[in-house]
Amino acid sequence: MTTYDEERLGELLRLLPPARAGWVEAAQELPRARAELDALVERAEQDAAFRQALVDDLEDALRVAGVEPRPVVVEHLRRRLAT
Amino acid sequence: MADTLDATPSDAELVAGCRAGDPEAWNALVERFSRYVSAIATQAFRLPPHDAEDVFQNVFLRVYERLGSLRSDDAIRPWVGQLTRNCCLDVIRASGRVVPVEEVEEQVADDAIARLDEAMTVRDGLSHLGSECREILDRFFARDESYRTIGEALSIPAGTIASRISRCLGRLRTELDR
Repeated sequence: MTTYDEERLGELLRLLPPARAGWVEAAQELPRARAELDALVERAEQDAAFRQALVDDLEDALRVAGVEPRPVVVEHLRRRLAT
Repeated sequence: MADTLDATPSDAELVAGCRAGDPEAWNALVERFSRYVSAIATQAFRLPPHDAEDVFQNVFLRVYERLGSLRSDDAIRPWVGQLTRNCCLDVIRASGRVVPVEEVEEQVADDAIARLDEAMTVRDGLSHLGSECREILDRFFARDESYRTIGEALSIPAGTIASRISRCLGRLRTELDR
């Protein structure tokens, strides 16, 4: 068992400051974003013009579809469209 | 407040809740591990903020997608740590950056991750303290707030903050010694 003195406890507590503003909220929205992505992929599979728009300018097509083109969303969708 | 300290289902309970599709469990899981993931990216691997944010979001996306493959619900912390480590290395390799060996040697990063893991254990101990102690210790140490700011936020005389910090650290030590 590790025994801590107060100085060591303070040092360890300092190592974990909050994540930057907005990061946590964005990650918490991932399930909803994932559902939006599923809908986009399904639409792309059924609508060749929409798929081409995604391929041509993914970020713009996401904005038009009402989805914020956060990097993680763009990258995830890019991977799915490539398969 | 996005980053609450309120109590506190176990890691396994959170994982089970996420698997069951409970959005509150997901929110709590992200909150619980947000500092850990962020600190691995920014401290252990010293990634700049935009790379660290990419890692942060990718880690939680992978957690969300792969939670079903976790063998033991209690093992989520090392699993998240390993995912974060791998994402950081992917970002460094993809960036093509020449990283000086002495700055981000993997062993150095792994030592830093071990310290962060110990910090998470201490942080878990906070969850067993009263809300005032949790708030005071988090604000003073993790958020680097002054006595004055803490006093104003918690409606406590600033002159009593130092003694409260000492008392709360004592309680935390007792909790961790159990």
